[in-house]
Parts: sequence; structure tokens; C-alpha cells
Amino acid sequence: MPLGAYLTLAALVFAIGLFGVLTRRNAVGILLGIELMLNAVNINLVAFARFSGDLGGILFTLFTIAITVAEVAVGLAIVIVIFRVRRTVEADHLDLLRG
Amino acid sequence: MTYAPMLMVFAFAALVAGALLFLPKLAAPRRLTPVKAEPFECGKDPMEISEGRFAIKFSTVAIFFILIDIELLFVWPWAMLYRRLGWFGFAEMLVFLGILMLGFFYIWRKGGLEWE
Amino acid sequence: MSPVVPPPAVALGVLLPVLVVLAAAAVVLVLDVLPPRDSKAHLGGVALAGIIGALLAIVMRWGTDARAFRDMVLLDTYALYFDLVICYAAALIVMFSMDYLGRTGSESGEYYSLLLFSTAGMMLMASAGDLIVVFLALELMSLSLYVLAGFFKQRLTSGEASMKYFLLGAFASSFLLYGIALIYGATGSTNLDRIAAAAATRNAEPMVLIGLAMMLVGFGFKISSVPFHMWAPDVYEGAPTSVTAFIATGSKAAAFAAMIRVLVVALRGAQPDWSALLWALAALTMTVGNVVALAQSNLKRLLAYSSIAHVGYMLMGLVAGGGPGPGAVLFYLLAYTFTTVGAFGAIALCARAGEEAVEVSDYAGLARRHPVLAATLALFFLSLIGIPPLAGFVAKFYLFGAAVRAGYIWLTVIAVLNSAVAAYYYLRVIVYMYMREPDGEPVAVAPSLAGGLALTLAVAGIVILGLMPAPFADLAQVAVAPLLR
Repeated sequence: MPLGAYLTLAALVFAIGLFGVLTRRNAVGILLGIELMLNAVNINLVAFARFSGDLGGILFTLFTIAITVAEVAVGLAIVIVIFRVRRTVEADHLDLLRG
Repeated sequence: MTYAPMLMVFAFAALVAGALLFLPKLAAPRRLTPVKAEPFECGKDPMEISEGRFAIKFSTVAIFFILIDIELLFVWPWAMLYRRLGWFGFAEMLVFLGILMLGFFYIWRKGGLEWE
Repeated sequence: MSPVVPPPAVALGVLLPVLVVLAAAAVVLVLDVLPPRDSKAHLGGVALAGIIGALLAIVMRWGTDARAFRDMVLLDTYALYFDLVICYAAALIVMFSMDYLGRTGSESGEYYSLLLFSTAGMMLMASAGDLIVVFLALELMSLSLYVLAGFFKQRLTSGEASMKYFLLGAFASSFLLYGIALIYGATGSTNLDRIAAAAATRNAEPMVLIGLAMMLVGFGFKISSVPFHMWAPDVYEGAPTSVTAFIATGSKAAAFAAMIRVLVVALRGAQPDWSALLWALAALTMTVGNVVALAQSNLKRLLAYSSIAHVGYMLMGLVAGGGPGPGAVLFYLLAYTFTTVGAFGAIALCARAGEEAVEVSDYAGLARRHPVLAATLALFFLSLIGIPPLAGFVAKFYLFGAAVRAGYIWLTVIAVLNSAVAAYYYLRVIVYMYMREPDGEPVAVAPSLAGGLALTLAVAGIVILGLMPAPFADLAQVAVAPLLR
């Protein structure tokens, strides 16, 4: 398969994630969208590394996966803290700060 | 031009997403009745979700699990090359796991692993 | 059996300042769970000692130009300059936090260790010689700050600020990462020097430009430039004031450090493209920041919009380019950090009716009851306006001068008009402090030894920078020299 196919797949996954982030109203749903966007980048990195024969991209992917998980952990922890106090995770209901 | 399809996907996605976001606002009639505002549309008002809520401690433990679990990502390539890396690789992994254990020690002493 | 891989050279000296901060963070974490568990007052001292240790390490390494880990980490004068700015901000914020946390009943070990972790991430961003390190350091900094923003667990606004900061921050870093991946694909490397070399041998690739645009989204978010600034006022308002000070100064300095290095070193071939983009961003950022700030009644939100406006000025220096442009940005960052940390620190000391005093009207009559604090706060605001002989004036002078010499007359005109508009909302606060009477209970100032010391240091900073700027301006020029080779 040509490189373009992988890049197109990654762009599609990124666009789906972006759509999810923009349309979801639930914090966990938004988080899922962001995860899709980050994983689209991983597809890109691995495809580039495979086609150029340079291992740097694969190395980078290992780091992004680890960072992504750390991000999910922090995100869920924040969601739990807010849920304990407010009993809602709908992004629309978080409106104490004008913005 | 390997990248042309990628650009087209972005343009297409922007178009579709924009259309989906804004067309309903223009076209759809908005008549909110009390029935429509209910969370479930048939039967009685739900008292609670049938399985009940999961206790929040499940998610805390799940977060700890996934954080420690993902470190295997770095251990696995190291294990594949363990013999070739020699003593240096061994020492490096000890340092890595040592730092990880510091975090584990912190979770443990903070009471993060207590079930009750 | 296959041959043993020779061990790579490990030059930990290049990471020394970062390692000192990380070690202090680990020590704070461990001390937090060891007895005495009920008293946390000593942890602030440990954190402060760690930062002072890092400052000593920076001074020790000054003048050496070292790189290690296959050019992933650079410790040149540029990195050391930013380390100095970041450690200075971190030290003052730890001092402000000591009493602030005690008063708000949230003294704890993880606050200081998270503060140190994010400091280490910021310092690493300034030292990054590789896009992998840029991303890792940015996430280390951001993840710690997301948690710190929500540190007042019982306060709803704090949790909300944390959630907004997290969601928008993660969103922006996915753009940054996508940009990095595209640039890696177009040039075959993540190393900044090798990207520049690869880009020079090819014609302008569209992929590099898309990558550049996406990276600018990510960086634009971190420095809160318009149109990626929407999170800033909410997060600044909701986060604990000491954390707000760090988000406004440290994270901004670090994001500028990485952004300037990536643009000037790796993407120097695309300079006309990013320069044009940044021109528009700079004009938009300073105008929106200042105009919206006019309508703010909350002091923390006012300072948030003011900090957005200052980012607009600093982007001007990047547009001007060459040596003087980035040099002026570095000097401006130093002056801005001194002033903004001081202003937020002074706000953290004030309370009214048991709440934090954050409304502008809370400060009515401050001058009569607490003349010293009012004068200090007024001094910070005058420096933010750019009144001589304070640091803000000299910084603006260098920055506007660099832009004019590079031929960006119109941008400078916009900036000067903006500075005039900005004077209004800063002076309004001073008028409240000196000429209005309080409505109901007057504002109270918590006595704090560490806080007072930190305020003194901040005031000394802006006065010294204003009265004899030459050595510091030279320092900033020396600092950008490694980028221009």
C-alpha cells in the first residue's frame, strides 16, 4: 500500500476525533475524541518510519502512547474529583466561569 | 503529491462537520414539549440505572492499573534486546523501575490501594 | 550470541539543573508520606531549596555550550537563560504559596512536588533539541499544571478551571503532535538541526507548511495567543492564585522558549511563511487582549487578558526576526515574569470577608489601610503599562525598536496604540486603590514573611531592570546567539 493510504487513514481518524471533540457535550466523550486524534498521529508516525526506514518515528510512538495514557489518567482523575463535588460531567453544566 | 488525499480528507471533514453542526440550526423546527424533554421516551420514569452505579474506587484502581501497566511498553523492547544490552541495559532498567517504584510507594502510603 | 551493544555516553551534567529540580520533587513526594504527616510546612522549604540548588547549577554551567543524548538535550546559553527565568518565577511562587496554602487550608506535599515537576518540564522545554523532547517536556509541564489548576478540590470553580484547561490543552497538544508528525514525515528527522538541513535541500514542501501551521496551533494555545486564548481567562480565574501566577509566567516562558527554538532553528527556511502568520497573530492578540480587558471587573480575569495582550507584543519580536527580535523577546519575558509574578503574589495576600479579594472593587481604599502593599501593586501595574523607569518600559522600548528597525512600522503603530488603550484599565485599578472608599468591609492583608520577601524581590527586579537594563539586554543577546549559528 502506498504511503498516501496510511496518511489518509490517519487524517480520517483525526477528523473523526475532531468532530467528536466539537460535538460531544460529555467530558468523557470529549476525552475519547482527543484520544482518537492522538492515535491518528501514531498511525502517521509509524507509517512515516516504515516508509523512510528511520526508527525515530517508532521510538516517538512509544513515547506518545505512554504520554497519552498519562493524559487519560489525569483527565479521568479530574472528572472524578468534579463528579464528587458536582454530580455532573456534562461540559455544558460547567458554567461557573464566564467564558 | 502523496499528501493531496490527506488534504482532501481534511477539507471534506471540515465541510461535513460544519454542515452537520449548522444545518440543523437553520432547518430544524424546535418545539420542545415536556414529553420530549424526558430522558427516556417510553414507560415509567426511571428510578436509577438498573445495574446501579459503580463505586468510584473501581475507577481509582483502574487508573493506577493502567499507569503501571503502560510501563510494559518500555520494558518489552528492553527485554527483546536484554542480552545484547549488557550490564548497561540492566542498570538503566533498574533506574527506570526504581523511579516507578517510588510512585508505587507513594500510592501505597497515601492509601490509594485500600479497598475500604 | 549477538554482540553486546556498546553503552552510549551518558552525560548527566547536561541535565544537571533539571535533575536537581526532579530530585527535589521526588524528595518532597517521599517526605509527604513519611512522618510527621500532620505538618506540611517544611515541604515548602525543601522545594525552595531544590529550586535554589537548580539556580546554583545554572550559574555553574553558565558559558558552557553542551549537548548530549544524540543532540536531544542542549544546554546552551539560550536554555540557561530560560532556566534562570523559570527558576526565578518558581522560587517566588513557592514563597507566595507557603502562607497562601496555609490560609486556604490546602497545604500538602503534592502541591510542591507538582510545582517542581512542572518546573522541570518547563526547563526541559528550553533545552529541547529534538521534537520528541519538546513534546515530552510540554506534557510533563502541562499535566502537572492541569492538576494544580484544580488543586482546591472543594471549590467548584477550581475543578472547572482544571477540566477546561485539561480538555483544551489535550486538544491543542494533539494538533502540536500532528504537526510534529508531518514535519518528521517531510524531513525524515525529529532533530531540529537535521530538520533545518533536510528542509534546506528541498523545495518548499506543502507538508512542512501544514506541519508548521498545526504546531503553531499547539504553541499558540500554550502562550494563549488569539484565537487560541479562550481558556486563559477562565483558568486564570478559577485556579488557585499562586498556580495562576505560574501558568501566566513559567508556562508561557517555556512555550516561547520551545517555539522560538523550533521556528528559528528548525524552520528557518520557512521564515517568510511563519513571519507573515505571526504578524497577523500578533496584531490580533494584542488588540483583542487589550479591548476585552477594558470590560473586566475581576482582577484575575483582567490580568489574564492583559497577559494575552503582552503575548501579542512578544510575538512582534519574533516577526522582526534576526538577532535583535528574539533578543528583545527574551528581555521582555524577563521583565514580564518579574512583574506578573509580583502582581499575582500581591493579590494572593489580599482577602475580603473570608474570601479571596479578586474583584477590582475589593481593592478600594487599599492605599489608606496598607500603603506599602498598595504602592507595590501600583508599581507592578505601572510596569505593565510601560511607565519609565520601570522594567516594562525598557522591555517595550527594545521590542518596539527591534520591530521598527526590521521595517514593521504598521505593526509597531498598532502596538503603540494598544499600549495607550491598556493604560486605562491598569490605571482604573490604581484609582480604586488610591481614590475610592471601600463599600462595606475593607480588604484585609494577610501578614506573611515569605510573601513579603518574595514581593520585595519582585519589586527589586523591576526597578533594577528599569534603571540599568544594559547588562540584562546584553545577557538576552548572548542567550539568542546559539540559535543564529
